Amino acid sequence: MDNILQEIGMENYIYLSVILFCIGVFGVLYRRNAIIMFMSIEIMLNAVNLLFVAFSTYHQDAQGQVFVFFSMAVAAAEVAVGLAILVSIFRNLNSIDIDNLKNLKG
Amino acid sequence: MNTLIAISGLGILSLIAEIFNARKAIVPMTIIGLLAILGLTASEFGLDKGYYNNMVVVDKFSSAFSCLFIIITIFLVAMSHDFYKNQSTKISDFVAIKVFLLAGAVAMVSFGNLSMFFLGIEVLSIALYILAASNRLNLKSNEAGMKYFLMGSFASGIILFGICLVYGATGSFDLKAIYQVIHYSNFPQWYFIGIVLLLIGMLFKIATVPFHFWAPDVYEGSPALTTATMSSLAKIVAMAALFRLVVKLLPVQSYSFQVIIVCVAIASMLVGNIMALRQNNVKRMFAFSGISHAGFMVMTLLCLNNAASVLLYYAAAYAVAGIAFFAVVIYVTREKQNETIDSFNGFGKTHPLLAGILTASLLSMAGIPILAGFFAKFFLLNQLIQTGWIVLVIVAVIASIISVGYYFKIILALYTKDSEQNLPAVPLAYQIVAVLALLLNILIGLFPGYVLNLLG
Repeated sequence: MDNILQEIGMENYIYLSVILFCIGVFGVLYRRNAIIMFMSIEIMLNAVNLLFVAFSTYHQDAQGQVFVFFSMAVAAAEVAVGLAILVSIFRNLNSIDIDNLKNLKG
Repeated sequence: MNTLIAISGLGILSLIAEIFNARKAIVPMTIIGLLAILGLTASEFGLDKGYYNNMVVVDKFSSAFSCLFIIITIFLVAMSHDFYKNQSTKISDFVAIKVFLLAGAVAMVSFGNLSMFFLGIEVLSIALYILAASNRLNLKSNEAGMKYFLMGSFASGIILFGICLVYGATGSFDLKAIYQVIHYSNFPQWYFIGIVLLLIGMLFKIATVPFHFWAPDVYEGSPALTTATMSSLAKIVAMAALFRLVVKLLPVQSYSFQVIIVCVAIASMLVGNIMALRQNNVKRMFAFSGISHAGFMVMTLLCLNNAASVLLYYAAAYAVAGIAFFAVVIYVTREKQNETIDSFNGFGKTHPLLAGILTASLLSMAGIPILAGFFAKFFLLNQLIQTGWIVLVIVAVIASIISVGYYFKIILALYTKDSEQNLPAVPLAYQIVAVLALLLNILIGLFPGYVLNLLG
C-alpha cells in the first residue's frame, strides 16, 4: 500500500477528494431535482470517506478506516430519512421538484 | 457515560412499551426515567474521567450541560401526550425519538474523540429531521422537513470534511492526542482550514447569520412542539458542542478568528432583531429572535477561559423561557392553521395566568430585570467588556432595545385588543409545564450564583 501512495502522491488524493466534494456542493446548490440533490450529498460524504482512507494509509493508523464505517452507516440512516420525507412530499404534490416547495415565505 | 447508556436504554424501553400495549404509561414512565437519570447525572457531578479509550469524557462541563438538556427534555416529553392526541397510536415513536435526540445531545457535550462528536451530531440531527416532517399529511411540515434535511446534511458534510482535515493534519481523532500534536510538534497549516470548516458547519446548526436562512422556514413549518425542541434544545446543544470544540482544538486564538466571531455575532444580533420586527407569524418571529440569541451566545467564544459558566447560564435562561413561551403558544394555536399574532387578541382577559406566563417569558428574553434573561445578558456583557471588544457590547445593547419592540407587539395583543374566540379548557400538562418553566426561570434569576459557580 505504501508504494502506491508514494507513487501517486498524497496531494493527488487530496485534490481528487476536494474536486469530488466541490462537485457535490455545486450539485446541491444548482440542481433542482430532489433525488439528484440527495446524490450530490452522497458524493460529498463519499469524497470525505476517500480522503479518510488516504490519510489513514498515510499515517499508518487504522482509526481513519474505522471512522469511514461510522460515516457510511450515518449516511445510510440519513438518506433513509430523507427518502421517507421525499415520499410524503410526492404523495402531497405529485412532484419532487424543489421549486414547488414555496409555501413558507415571509 | 452512565447517563448516555441509561438514556439509550430508556428510549428502547419506551419503544417496547408499545408492544405491550402500555400506551398510556409511556409518558409518565419516560418522565420518571428521565428524573432518575437527572439524579444519576447530578450525583456524578465533579467526576473527571474518560471511558472507552477517551471516547466519552465526563467532566463538570458535560455533566452540567447534560443536566440542563435532561430538564428541558422532561418539559418537552410532558407536553407530548396532549400535543399528539390526534396521533395517539404513534406516541411511543414520538417519545422515543425525543429520548434518542437527548442521547445525541449528551454525546455532543461529553465527547473525547471526534468520532463520538460526529455520531452525536448525526443522532441529534436525524431525530430532528423526522420530528420536523412528522405531520406528514401537512404540506408545510413536509416542506420544513425537506428544507431542514437538505441544509442539515449539507452542514454535516462540511463538518465531516473539517474532521477529515483535522485528522489528516494531526493523525488522530482523540482530543488529547490532537492537543499534544498542536502544542509540541510541527503540524501542517491546513489544520486551520479544518477548524474553519468545523466552525462553518456548527454555525449552520446554531443558525447564525450568514448561515441562518433555513431557520425561519423550518421553524414556521414544523409542528409547534418540534419548533420548541429545535429552538430550545437543539440550539443550545450545538452551541455547547461548538464551545467545547473550540476550547479543545483551538486553545490559542488568533486575532483573525476573533474578528470572524465578532462579525458573526454583530450580524446575527442585528439581522435577527430587525427581521423579527416585521414578522406576523409567532413561530417565524421566534426563529429570528433565536438567531439574535445565537449571536449573543456565540460571543462567549471570545473569552474561552471563564465563559463556560456564563454560557451555561445564558443557555438555561434562554431555553427555559422558550419552553414557557411555547407551552402557551401550543395551547393557543393548536386548532388553527397558522400562528399569527392576532390569535393572541384578548387572551389576557380570558386566561390571566397563561397570559401572565407568556408576558413574563417574553420579558425574560427581552432582558427585563428579576427574570433570568436580564442577568444572562448582564454577566455576558460584563465578561465581554473585560476582553476589550467594546463595539460588540454597544451593538448588543442596541439589539436588546430593538428586541423589546417585537416582544411588546405580542404583549399588546394580549392585553389591549378584544376578540370573541372561544378556546377549549386548558390541558393540565401545558399549565404545569408553563408554571414550572417560569418558576425555574425566576429561580435562576434570583439566585444566579448557584448556576455560575457550578463550572467555577
